[in-house]
Amino acid sequence: MYEFNYHRPTSVEEVKQLMGANDEAKILAGGMTLLPTMKMRLAQPSDLIDLGGIDALTGISDDGDAVSIGAMVCHADVAASDVVVAGIPALADLAGMIGDAQVRNRGTLGGAVANSDPASDYPAAVLGLNATIVTDQRQIAADDYFTGMFETALGENEILQSISFPKPARAAYAKFPNPASRYAVVGVLVADTGNGVRVAVTGAGACAFRATEMENALNENFSSSALDGLTVDATELNSDMHASAEYRAHLVMVMAKRAVAAAGG
Amino acid sequence: MIENGIGAAVRRKEDHRFITGAGQYTDDINRPHQLYAHIIRSPHAHAAIKAIDSSAALAAAGVVAVLTGADMAADGLGGLPCGWGITSKDGTPMAEPAHPPLVVDTVQHVGDQVAVVIAETRAAARDAAELVDIDYDELPSVTSIEAADADAAPLVWDDAPGNVCYDWEIGDNAAVEDAFSKAAHVASIDIVNNRLIPNAMEPRAAIGDYNVGKDEYTLFTTSQNPHVIRMLMGAFVLGVPEHKIRVISPDVGGGFGSKIFHYAEEAIVIWSSKRLGRPVKWTAERSESFMSDAHGRDHVSHAEMAMNENGEFLALRVSTRANLGAYLSTFAPAIPTILYATLLAGVYKTPAVYCEVKALFTNTVPVDAYRGAGRPEASYLLERLVDRAAKVAGLDPVEIRRRNFISTDDFPYQTPVALEYDNGDYEATLNHALEASQYEQFADRRKESAQRGKLRGIGMSTYIEACGLAPSNVAGSLGARAGLYEAGTIRVNPTGSVTVLTGSHSHGQGHETTFAQLVTESLGVDIDNVNVVHGDTGKIPFGMGTYGSRSLAVGGMALMGAIEKIKTKAKKIAAHLLEASEADIEFENGELRVAGTDKSVSFGDVAMAAYVPHNYPLDVLEPGLEETAFYDPKNFTFPSGCHVCEVEIDPDTGVVEVVRFVAADDFGRIINPMIVEGQVHGGVVQGIGQALFEQCVYDPDSGQLLTGSLLDYCLPKADQVPNFEVSTNTTLCKHNVLGVKGCGEAGAIGATPAVINAVVNALDDLNIDDMALPATPERVWQAIRSASA
Repeated sequence: MYEFNYHRPTSVEEVKQLMGANDEAKILAGGMTLLPTMKMRLAQPSDLIDLGGIDALTGISDDGDAVSIGAMVCHADVAASDVVVAGIPALADLAGMIGDAQVRNRGTLGGAVANSDPASDYPAAVLGLNATIVTDQRQIAADDYFTGMFETALGENEILQSISFPKPARAAYAKFPNPASRYAVVGVLVADTGNGVRVAVTGAGACAFRATEMENALNENFSSSALDGLTVDATELNSDMHASAEYRAHLVMVMAKRAVAAAGG
Repeated sequence: MIENGIGAAVRRKEDHRFITGAGQYTDDINRPHQLYAHIIRSPHAHAAIKAIDSSAALAAAGVVAVLTGADMAADGLGGLPCGWGITSKDGTPMAEPAHPPLVVDTVQHVGDQVAVVIAETRAAARDAAELVDIDYDELPSVTSIEAADADAAPLVWDDAPGNVCYDWEIGDNAAVEDAFSKAAHVASIDIVNNRLIPNAMEPRAAIGDYNVGKDEYTLFTTSQNPHVIRMLMGAFVLGVPEHKIRVISPDVGGGFGSKIFHYAEEAIVIWSSKRLGRPVKWTAERSESFMSDAHGRDHVSHAEMAMNENGEFLALRVSTRANLGAYLSTFAPAIPTILYATLLAGVYKTPAVYCEVKALFTNTVPVDAYRGAGRPEASYLLERLVDRAAKVAGLDPVEIRRRNFISTDDFPYQTPVALEYDNGDYEATLNHALEASQYEQFADRRKESAQRGKLRGIGMSTYIEACGLAPSNVAGSLGARAGLYEAGTIRVNPTGSVTVLTGSHSHGQGHETTFAQLVTESLGVDIDNVNVVHGDTGKIPFGMGTYGSRSLAVGGMALMGAIEKIKTKAKKIAAHLLEASEADIEFENGELRVAGTDKSVSFGDVAMAAYVPHNYPLDVLEPGLEETAFYDPKNFTFPSGCHVCEVEIDPDTGVVEVVRFVAADDFGRIINPMIVEGQVHGGVVQGIGQALFEQCVYDPDSGQLLTGSLLDYCLPKADQVPNFEVSTNTTLCKHNVLGVKGCGEAGAIGATPAVINAVVNALDDLNIDDMALPATPERVWQAIRSASA
């Protein structure tokens, strides 16, 4: 890794000042993507601004209809949170499936969602649960947030502070992990929000996306059999040495059915 | 019964230091005034180097030198040698391209060593490496066997036409042809044995430390055989005799074969240390390991079995093409020939076997021995073919094996492919495994799985391997350029404790315990008073190292030879002390006793007398109690076994889960059953890894290594394997006094075919009888989909 300056600010305000002062600065959350990239010398930030010292970015709260989770909460804490387990068990399950124990103890919600890795798990939850992304500047609806591979609606120097997940009536996440990396080859979160069904797919495309045809079918009949006969168009899906687009398309359907069944459908 | 002797599950003496973090690995060692080397590696699969401009790097802070192949050539260094020569069918020797530690003008694979940057710190070396400007002219490359063997394929080496290293054969082709002409049934199979990347837990590392005052070299390295490295590096690369070189392999964190070979980095740090007058250290990063540690396997084969109407094997015909990579690694030529084709008889009385092997160069990392080394490839091919033969002959896989086993009456059994098996009981081991696996009740389990929507399959392999490499004269006649004996010293200290010096090297095998148990058993010395020293040419008389499951069967036997000499001398000393005839002295439980009397002297007192020879037969006996023995094995040893695997397949996703694995092995006498069990566990996991998860992938167009990290190269994990049911069914090796055979590779040899036979069995209702390695979920899903379509 190249040399860099390390900062550990204690407030978001201070982060913004540091970002403003250093063009080549990068924000460090859990570092699960950034640090390996730096070790491979594929990134050369002049400064690393570690968010780990900002109390305002931590904590999980029950807001009645929603669960709000700070950007710097690690996956293991989400998985083990009483508030999350009680309010959105599917989200706790999803967090417990991310990577391995070391990753879950370092990786953060905010880091994962800001990075928008196409094979990351959390984007399925953000989109499927119709979460709201809270930044230092605004609130972003999930449907407006994921814009492409490693691309989001976050602006330059905009800091993801927390995410508010509405509690669904029922939901479940089904994942087909890459056996080597444990990233999602395909992950599907199905949520009966109480205000319509949402089906969010990660791993398969450039970024997380909703499967509206499946949503329509499940709005009619929330059961895995409602998905029989539906298919996913493989044309736009990812294809690599781990899975062809065709296989991913198939897995999307399998995982969606399993998620519906797990959600009690 | 001696406590902690042969057969006792003694806890490993070495584990305390390992689990408390007190082991000392090469990278833990730092020498005064040490410099750090960073190897600049080729980013291209095949390219000519037009120019190397090091000026900016040399000007960078902390940089001491940037050295290239031209510098090395100017210093007169030789290339990395190949330790085994193979002769083609037509009598011509194999193509043997030069293998300079730093390339001179052409890079031959991604990761090839182009230059070395040496600096005051690791970071400075790495930073400066980016300032070295290398002008490459890319050349067409080949990475796969098919591409290398195609008409008009780009050539890796101009003097290896068709990219052929050798085209070799073994067996009686005429007899095989004759048998096929009379066959009632013929089964055939096409096999791709997938290329694997070893991934020892500890990456390779090396420190070169040249002492100008003594004109002596010390190399610390992650090697399985330090004496072999001393010999190869001294004689072929440096042109320096052995007495000027000391090679130390301290604690080594796994090898699996990949640390047998003499690697470029060892020569680079030694040479640059002399040039610069300071120690030079290199430690691989994991991504470097992927592109510079020798890979394993990578065969494409077609095989056919001729049978009579009863399903009895008449002849086996095999044609194999093997990928050797860009250069010949130390033992590479022997792996797809001597260690592969000679095992194709398996445990079966096939009267005629013929195998031809075409070995090809490609623009990939060299391929060499990897846990099993040729024998997994043979076992996989044969055991898959036998299952297919069962289908063709309309027999159960168990029945066809029974009909063709070499029986206990047949030993010694001369196979049609050079080896002579000394002992075994394949049917008894099979029966043992069938019982342990509740084979007969499988149909019930299959039904139960089906109720859960899963396809359950059962598969077996009845493998054999040749270990205990090797009788030197036989190996020599087969092309080995070195002897394959082992050496060991038993040093009895004055107080009766024992220091064992062994030429074997432990990098996970537990020699410090197993070898101590031999001493405890033989001399009655408490195991805590036995210390095993290995991995240092400055301390140990000689050695050929650890590979091919040879440590106990060869290294242990050398120690037994030294122990016998110690016993003989101790009896002479005791006879003197007890005023008895030497012939009347019995050695038992650490005491030397005059037979039939209560007159005795302890072994410790004998040792003291040997070193304080006040009352000692000095006129006929030297003081001291230390003996060295070399042992050259009389034959290979032949561990065998039956592995039974059960899998469940999720037809919706194609995921294969190994739900049960039973290993019944015949390793000969077991010294430490706990260590043996651990060896089987590790081997089986690697075998399952090859069957289901591991696959080295090169991009066919660019020659880039696509599986260059553990994100993309899937090593098996603990949650992907079941608890193993391991047991042994023992026959003793007949040509060593311990009766031992070796156990280090068996799991990796027996498991892979058992897993795939189980996968194919699970899919048999769909008429699927082929499954490529590894059986990834997508492959299985595609097979199910194609069959259902």
